[in-house]
Amino acid sequence: MPMKASNSLFDPTLVRPALIHSFNKLNPIGLWENPVMLVTAIGAALCSIVFFQDLFTGHFSGFNLQITLWLWFTVLFSNFAEALAEGRGKAQAESLKKSRTQTPARRLRDGREESIPAPSLQRGDIVVCETGDVIPADGEVIEGIATVDEAAITGESAPVIRESGGDRSAVTGGTRVISDRIVIRITSEAGNTFLDRMIAMVEGARRQKTPNEIALTILLVGMTAVFVLAVFTLPAFAHYSENASGHPGSSDLRLTVLVSLLVCLIPTTIGGLLSAIGISGIDRLIRRNVLATSGRAVEAAGDIDILLLDKTGTITLGNRMATDFLPAPGVTAERLADAAQLASLADETPEGRSIAVLAKEKYKLRGREFSALQAQFVPFTAQTRMSGVDIAANGSQPARSIRKGAAESMKLHVKLMGMQYPESVDQLVENVARLGGTPLVVADGGEVLGVIQLKDVVKGGIKERFAQLRKMGIRTVMITGDNALTAAAIATESGVDDFMAQATPEDKLCRIREEQAKGRLVAMAGDGTNDAPALAQADVGVAMNTGTQAAREAGNMVDLDSNPTKLIEIVEIGKQLLMTRGALTTFSIANDVAKYFAILPAMFLGLYSIDEKPGPLAALNIMHLGSPQSAILSAVAFNALIIIALIPLALRGVKYRPLGAAKILQRNLFLYGLGGIIVPFAGIKLLDVIINILHLA
Amino acid sequence: MKSLDWIQLSFYFGALLAFTPLLGGWMARIYAGEKHFLQPPLGWLENLLYRYAGCNPRQEMDWWHFCKALLWFNGIGFAIVFVLQMLQSKLPFNPQSMPNLSWTLALNTAVSFVTNTDWQNYSGEATMSYLTQMLGLTVQNFLSAATGMGVLVAMARGLSRKSGHTVGNFWADTVRSILYILLPLSLVLSVVLVAQGVVQTFTPYAVAISPEGHAQQIPLGPAASQIAIAQLGTNGGGFFGVNSAHPFANPTPLTNFLEMLSILLLPSALVNTYGRLVGSTRQGWAILAAMYLLFIAGLALALWAEYQPNPLMPGLANMEGKETRIGITDSVLWATATTDASNGSVNCMHDSLSPLAGMVAMGNMMLGEVVFGGVGSGLYGMLMYVLLAVFMAGLMVGRSPEYLGKRVEKAEVICAMAATLAPFAVLLILAATAVTTSAGLSGLNNAGPHGLSEILYAYASMSNNNGSAFAGLNGNTPFYNLTGAFAMMVGRFAVIIPALAIAGSMAPKRIAPSSSGTFPTDGLLFVLMLAGVVIIISGLTHFPALTLGPIIEHLLMQQGRMF
Repeated sequence: MPMKASNSLFDPTLVRPALIHSFNKLNPIGLWENPVMLVTAIGAALCSIVFFQDLFTGHFSGFNLQITLWLWFTVLFSNFAEALAEGRGKAQAESLKKSRTQTPARRLRDGREESIPAPSLQRGDIVVCETGDVIPADGEVIEGIATVDEAAITGESAPVIRESGGDRSAVTGGTRVISDRIVIRITSEAGNTFLDRMIAMVEGARRQKTPNEIALTILLVGMTAVFVLAVFTLPAFAHYSENASGHPGSSDLRLTVLVSLLVCLIPTTIGGLLSAIGISGIDRLIRRNVLATSGRAVEAAGDIDILLLDKTGTITLGNRMATDFLPAPGVTAERLADAAQLASLADETPEGRSIAVLAKEKYKLRGREFSALQAQFVPFTAQTRMSGVDIAANGSQPARSIRKGAAESMKLHVKLMGMQYPESVDQLVENVARLGGTPLVVADGGEVLGVIQLKDVVKGGIKERFAQLRKMGIRTVMITGDNALTAAAIATESGVDDFMAQATPEDKLCRIREEQAKGRLVAMAGDGTNDAPALAQADVGVAMNTGTQAAREAGNMVDLDSNPTKLIEIVEIGKQLLMTRGALTTFSIANDVAKYFAILPAMFLGLYSIDEKPGPLAALNIMHLGSPQSAILSAVAFNALIIIALIPLALRGVKYRPLGAAKILQRNLFLYGLGGIIVPFAGIKLLDVIINILHLA
Repeated sequence: MKSLDWIQLSFYFGALLAFTPLLGGWMARIYAGEKHFLQPPLGWLENLLYRYAGCNPRQEMDWWHFCKALLWFNGIGFAIVFVLQMLQSKLPFNPQSMPNLSWTLALNTAVSFVTNTDWQNYSGEATMSYLTQMLGLTVQNFLSAATGMGVLVAMARGLSRKSGHTVGNFWADTVRSILYILLPLSLVLSVVLVAQGVVQTFTPYAVAISPEGHAQQIPLGPAASQIAIAQLGTNGGGFFGVNSAHPFANPTPLTNFLEMLSILLLPSALVNTYGRLVGSTRQGWAILAAMYLLFIAGLALALWAEYQPNPLMPGLANMEGKETRIGITDSVLWATATTDASNGSVNCMHDSLSPLAGMVAMGNMMLGEVVFGGVGSGLYGMLMYVLLAVFMAGLMVGRSPEYLGKRVEKAEVICAMAATLAPFAVLLILAATAVTTSAGLSGLNNAGPHGLSEILYAYASMSNNNGSAFAGLNGNTPFYNLTGAFAMMVGRFAVIIPALAIAGSMAPKRIAPSSSGTFPTDGLLFVLMLAGVVIIISGLTHFPALTLGPIIEHLLMQQGRMF
């Protein structure tokens, strides 16, 4: 992200506006979205009315005032949590909005250039951008190559290359061309650009509820409804009991007390933090530079059963490195290395460079100055599928033509030269392939010198990562264009569960459909246009920001860092989101046990009592709270303060550990279920002691 | 407790656990339409029934058609029972010339038997003709039990099918439940009961001359046949007013054991059947384990409370309201079993249980009749809690909740919440109405918190379709007849309809293969969690009311004050 957001949860620059928003959010229309808090607010309003009614008739009740305040605080704390979670997103949205361009766009029409305001660009318009221009809207480069500064979107200051054709053709509105000139076809209309969607996403995270959030809200509404019934039928049973005991009025059934009991019982903790949890989940994604099109996609990420990962860049470092020279019979290793080095001197690909480096390290062959050789570099083309060097005859040295390439194309090359392709080289080639390497055959003229072994280097720590995923119940499938032998070797080395060799885009799509038909949820990462169908079909499709516009449109998430490994983190964030909701719901409901033991004996202390002594239900006061009023007050205060106390947990999320589901459940039930029963006993007792010391009740 | 008591308890649990897989497996074959040993002797009858009714047992219904068939079937059943009671004085098999019933009592009774509640605001021997007992009440004992079993089987199908929208054929399930399960079992049981001395006769009441020279009427009737199905089908409606405390209904230790065993026999075995129908017996055993856990916990508390001497009568265990020939252990075991299963038959007077044992009986019903519960209905009620537990567990492990590989989503949560909470809501609202209106209070015979317990018990029993009563309440008033009928309707159909809707919404969902990322619903952890969810949801709802009833009564008794 453009701004390196502070990692402190209670950053003062975020807290201050959040405090103000907490009050703005008391608006009943907004509260309607959150039924649990709506009930709390109605309760608080009723208590306020009671308090002021008493005040106007000349009875000031400190108890009623404190209860009323705590009830309002409960609502405000919940609003504060939400506002705080939104705060970071808002700040990000502000800075994004600034990069939304208002400068005129240079539209090309019938070969002429005209200046029009960027917002009035239409899909399909052609614009031109030169050094210093801000790209007016999302589009596809159709002509030229340029370096672009995308810091406004990705926060990455190093410029990136954007060029027509290939997989790096997408440009984003609001980014700046640093050098050269490109012609862009606009692919999105104003108001619907990538930047707009990003802003909407960070700003509006609260608006859309995810399926699980909706289901959970229903559960909470159900619990709230039944507690409303349980509390408001209680006076009927109490009146009966008072009459039966012969002492009418011996129980405390004031509205304030009933509302206190109700608010303590309804799941305010989770109700108050629910939307903050959702927003912060999206925020965590954004902080990892991943943009989701919807909260639903984030939630789905937690349910993934299968990850399809591209080999290159995800599992391996991305570049194959030369690791060995294997000479043909009758050829010395030095000769092979020398030829290989010559052929690679001008080869600027990482593979080519690694060959030169290996020759230097292994055979002390120092790099020669290419220009001094009067040599001409023959680059790799799709037709010849080989590269090399042609060296003109120089004195005693005859002209040489060195080539390196894949076995199949070299075989053809040698045959064309009218020479024999030795069978032993075939053997070498197969050996290399079996070990997961890529063989490059080197020939000098028509003579085959041997084979260069290129190997994929598997990323450090990736095997452990996959083992973790397996524990989480997620299988990984490696996708590669390599042949089955090579793929199998790398699969073994990296520890993936399965692999797809020589995979075409259609294969990927088929595989995804197949897994989905078996009831599995599939995630994949991709960048190319040919990945678009698979990205769209996958339940979670993460497009790389460097990829094509088609890929970015097809996926439901975009990784601004273009790092496919991030899929794993996305899964964890998805799981954390659900776990945090589940943990706090359990905690919230478990809390009720202690609250009953605080409030019920306080309400019914006098019931069936004889001679002003405490009645039988005093036995339920197992916390030995000071007085009925302090008991109720401390329960209500605990109920409000626990929301504040749990804000950090809600915003950071419950820590996810890659354990089996049974283990996680056991752990969370213990922490939040059992903990949820015990903590309030301690908390209410503590508050009661404080309240009695301060003589607040 | 003496060693004999322990031996009895272990016999009881041993027999129950032994029959569960045997009976469970056999029922699974019947519902799956596989071959079984009763097919050769009875299969022709099944086909004949289908042919006369013009229905095709292989034609599958979607959940709404299934539900409509069920509602019509129960509606017509209700009308027949209602009319029989309103006209019984003109109808045959009425040797005692019983008059017609008041319409409110007839309504209450008809609803009660159709909903498998068998709440009785009357005393059978003083109110009902033999015809009403047999054609009305006994027939409904079969039909209401079969209805519950059909709903359960439909739910099992919905949870285990991989595609399609259908959940089975209501008529086929009903016919098979009655023909192959309920009729044969109750035939065997009633023959044994008759052999042990339970009455089964159409002769008018016998007249004996007491030593003082007074003529004394001794009620008789076709009791054994009704008791057999009342016990097996978790109906529990007594032929005689005092139910199985009556020597003609429960004459010997063997009848006591068998009748008690029959209370839980089918509810327990059906859980096993369910496991088989969804393709994993372990799933069945897990739910059953949670049920046994809650059953044994309640039993232990109740036994402790009953053996605890009352401070006012030191050294004496509580024998009030119990038959000396049955004793404390068997009375408490029966009381716990009959309230866990929504049976409601009794062999002691629950009104006289000590406050805590009374609370166990009441609490068992307040759990929603899901600890075994009624035949079929207990398990589909428990499955609502299972879905809620799965939902919570799913969130806690960070994976969208799944049960048996199927997603639990908004629709299922709505249905499960509605089905769980509707009976609770009716209980609280009606009980609160009863204690604040003179119509409600006029039925009370007891003072103090015990009076409140009686009213709470009555509505807990009706709204959860149990049918047992704290005998102290006079329920035959228009107020109790009508509110009770409403509670029983809600308790039955506000659970059945969501249960079938869940079956319908789950049926087409794809089944995700399980992995280590999905938590197992057949392990110990889930058993404990399920039991916890049941206790917490029901406990939090009812705790305030219970505080003012049995809890305060217990505390007062400890102080030496009784009511």
